[in-house]
Amino acid sequence: MTELVAKNIGLKSQDATLIEAASFRLAPGEFVALLGPNGAGKTSLIRASLGLEKPSAGTATLGGEDTCRLDPMSRARSVAYLPQIRPLAWPNIVRDVVALGRFSSGAALGRLKDDDARAVERAIEACDLSGLAARRADTLSGGELARMHCARAFAAEAPLLIADEPTAALDPRHQFRILDLLADYVARGGGALVVLHDVQLAARYASRLIWMKDGRICADGSPSDTLSAKRLADIYGVRAQIDGTVISMEGPV
Amino acid sequence: MSGTRWLVPGLAVASVLTIFAACLIGSTPLPADRVFAAFFGSGEVGDRLVVWSIRLPRALAAFLVGAALGLSGAALQGLLRNPLAEPGVLGVSATASLAATFSLYYGLVSLSPWILPLAAILGALAATSLLALAAIRTRSVVTLILIGVGLSSFAGAVMSLLMNLAPNPFSLSDMINWMLGSVANRSFDEIGFALPFLISGSIILLATGRGLSALTLGEEAASGIGLNLRNQRIFTVLGAGLATGASVALAGAIGFVGIVAPHLIRPFVGYDPARSLVPSALLAGLFLVVADIGVRIIPADNELKLGVVAALIGAPVFVWIATRRRAVHD
Repeated sequence: MTELVAKNIGLKSQDATLIEAASFRLAPGEFVALLGPNGAGKTSLIRASLGLEKPSAGTATLGGEDTCRLDPMSRARSVAYLPQIRPLAWPNIVRDVVALGRFSSGAALGRLKDDDARAVERAIEACDLSGLAARRADTLSGGELARMHCARAFAAEAPLLIADEPTAALDPRHQFRILDLLADYVARGGGALVVLHDVQLAARYASRLIWMKDGRICADGSPSDTLSAKRLADIYGVRAQIDGTVISMEGPV
Repeated sequence: MSGTRWLVPGLAVASVLTIFAACLIGSTPLPADRVFAAFFGSGEVGDRLVVWSIRLPRALAAFLVGAALGLSGAALQGLLRNPLAEPGVLGVSATASLAATFSLYYGLVSLSPWILPLAAILGALAATSLLALAAIRTRSVVTLILIGVGLSSFAGAVMSLLMNLAPNPFSLSDMINWMLGSVANRSFDEIGFALPFLISGSIILLATGRGLSALTLGEEAASGIGLNLRNQRIFTVLGAGLATGASVALAGAIGFVGIVAPHLIRPFVGYDPARSLVPSALLAGLFLVVADIGVRIIPADNELKLGVVAALIGAPVFVWIATRRRAVHD
């Protein structure tokens, strides 16, 4: 079973400490939400654990191998990484963008091998993009673009998936849709680590919450164990009432 | 998209036909049957001489130079994710031709026929490496193009200095040839010296094509799907340096070809940088052969330089693409 295990990861840039002694674990079948205020180091933690940036301390392993020594292709076959969405450089066809998810299995656009083509079709199907597959990506709405990028990550059919704010700038309905897609992926046996800003949604979908602040992981556990009014005050600096699964934010502390 | 399958074969056939046409046209037009006869070693001695020693090498040189520039342009555009990137605009051609001029100026070329292409390639590699280093530091493509413009101006200034100090009118006219770009009087020998570099550069660029597709997503996402960014940068820069350097060794600095061809090709290949490489090379080669036919048949006292004609067509297209670009990518 492919697991991502980060042990005491530290990351420094020049003299600033971005991450300090962060440890966590991501296994198939889990839906983990990574929470924390802007600048808490969520993206840096992901980058350092994937070996995209060399940690200044600690190690991260993927299926037992150090991610810093893993070559990018084999890493990508184990973890599909969906960074914060940036505009595409070219107005590519949606199907081609999804097919880029098969890059790590050697796919070349325009002449996909059978299993690559099937994986792309499955991902397009799963994200309900069949009607849009032949469209140019620059004609899609924000919600459709987010689905396209999800499909790209799913097309890799990797055992793990890490998504950095996949629901940013989406309306509530589309946020639900994206999280439903990720939940389906987990139900099919994948393990997902998702950076979210909506605590309510995170508590609803995730089986585990990882709370971060100032480059440290403050708590890691199930929503019922780790979600409290005090936690929200500590992490985000907001006053909140929690009633069952309903969180109402009242204002800054 | 249904026409896509015919794009490469169509362009290849058109290129062969145009190169053949370039052998027919000239100060003494030759009919097709005489050119054919000359091709296959029969026919009159004079015809064979005209076809094999003058027109065919010239047309082939134009095609190869265009193809190298089109391929380099398409690859650099993929790497930098910008439709305005091109060896000419980024100052790669100017730096290569400056290095070539240096080797001419100091008489190094008399040492070995390989010196000239090597000097041009070293110049091109120096410029592309500088750009790639800058590309790592800055995310702004505008900055990168400005660096290219600066590089180009600097190479131009040094070139002017060399011309200013030129010891005699012969070296002056040599330098003008390098600056303006021309394939007149090229022989198979000269093509032979540039070809190994041109071919190896092209092979490297074609091999990096898949990574260029990945870069469509941006660098972060591209490394997320498994692209080794560092290698991608190194090999694209190396390939573009070799191919552009070889083209400069053959014809001097010819600008803007590498912008026009990929721009026209992209809509037909779904805007995929990898799939635009080969058609862009063919179209740019075709374009230069046609432009060179134009150069030869336009009646002028001094023969027009190919680079001048290419820039007359290409520069307005550059401006047009730049004005139509949406600001979102930068």
